Amino acid sequence: MREIQANVLTETIAKLAIEANCVLPCDVKRRIEDARKNEPWETAQGILDKIIENYGIAEANTVPICQDTGVCCVFLKIGQDVHIEGDIRAAVDEGVRRGYTEGYLRKSVVADPLRRVNTGDNTPAMLYTEIVPGDRLEITVAPKGFGSENMSRLAMLKPSDGIEGVKAFILRTVEEAGPNPCPPIIVGVGVGGTFDKAAYLAKKALMRSTDERNADPFYADLEAELLEKINALGVGPQGFGGKTTALAVNIEWMPTHIAGLPVAVNINCHVTRHKTVVL
Amino acid sequence: MEKHIQLPITRETARTIKSGESCLLSGVIYTARDAAHKRLCELLKDGKPLPFDVTNATIYYVGPTPAKPGQVIGSAGPTTSYRMDAYSPMMIAAGETGMIGKGKRSAEVVAAMKEHGAVYFAAIGGAGALLSSCIKKAEIVCYEDLGAEAVRRLEVENLPVVCVIDSEGNNLYETGRNAYLASR
Repeated sequence: MREIQANVLTETIAKLAIEANCVLPCDVKRRIEDARKNEPWETAQGILDKIIENYGIAEANTVPICQDTGVCCVFLKIGQDVHIEGDIRAAVDEGVRRGYTEGYLRKSVVADPLRRVNTGDNTPAMLYTEIVPGDRLEITVAPKGFGSENMSRLAMLKPSDGIEGVKAFILRTVEEAGPNPCPPIIVGVGVGGTFDKAAYLAKKALMRSTDERNADPFYADLEAELLEKINALGVGPQGFGGKTTALAVNIEWMPTHIAGLPVAVNINCHVTRHKTVVL
Repeated sequence: MEKHIQLPITRETARTIKSGESCLLSGVIYTARDAAHKRLCELLKDGKPLPFDVTNATIYYVGPTPAKPGQVIGSAGPTTSYRMDAYSPMMIAAGETGMIGKGKRSAEVVAAMKEHGAVYFAAIGGAGALLSSCIKKAEIVCYEDLGAEAVRRLEVENLPVVCVIDSEGNNLYETGRNAYLASR
């Protein structure tokens, strides 16, 4: 049994929260820069130039790329041969508290969805844990902005709706969102499971690098087809028209019930942030 | 070509700004998001005075990150505007002439803009670090307890925005997309 002290978790999360908010992942930068080269619409070119300039300034000055530094999603993949010494939940929240305070990040969490008093330190984190084989601990910190989160949707389709129903739902969700989620967007899709698992898969899909296609060629083809169809909608960067509406479509799937076809679409903006370390 | 606009925007000026025009705003603007709008509109409903003069005011829907030492303000890009749709008609009737945010607006907001003469601008969503450099001075006016959502008075210089919906109801989100699709 390998021992990891909870304070190591705290320090790692604090550091990742600041880095994730100020430095855009390389794959996302590459997608935006490629999109700029292939964008034929002049207004859209101008917007993409400003987006590129913005993440350059953020990285150079260690300031947040976007003022919505998000609710802090923390994914822990805990090896079953690891023992974390201390309170995991408290250690994670302390990491968020420290990162968001020391990094001058915005505190955007209210303690209660109806009474709405800000917690003042961006806690609690949205914590997702998974038990995996081995003696490693993988930590991913993903600040999630709510402009795009609010445009996310879930549908419990019928098996007879099939693949065409799934495609139509995803396209409708992106089209209805229009300019609101700050396009160009990254589209996370979860198919299958249960009501809640579909949503979780969609969120997890956003953690995957945009360089990586689904391991199953059937779903990899579906990702490519949906990206092409979304970029034919004409919404464009910021919704002012253009080719670049989405930078990637990532799909995750799992088995489901004979009676169901759950599909969830979790939208992320061009400031798709996540950073991972393995301890 | 960008149009330079010196704030405040009068009702008359608002009617001259057209959908699709790129503008650079200079002067004083105020910030307010969901929670501040709720409080401001409660005051208006009760017939009480607002903590700042909303006549010819431009409101920026933004909740900035905290300023680092030496900074005027942290990252300061727009938030999604539709959440203010419930409040904007009342704010426009009270004197507001400009709104800066991003994303769609309701038919009720557009009707109020047409009736009174007001304009809706979008700043680039997710470009908070870039937009922050146009803010030269920032001070809290009221609702400090709301943190990032407090109302701030900002002095801006050449803040880049695009007029999305003008006082005639023309909408760049529709016309821009259609023009692109027609060009293919």
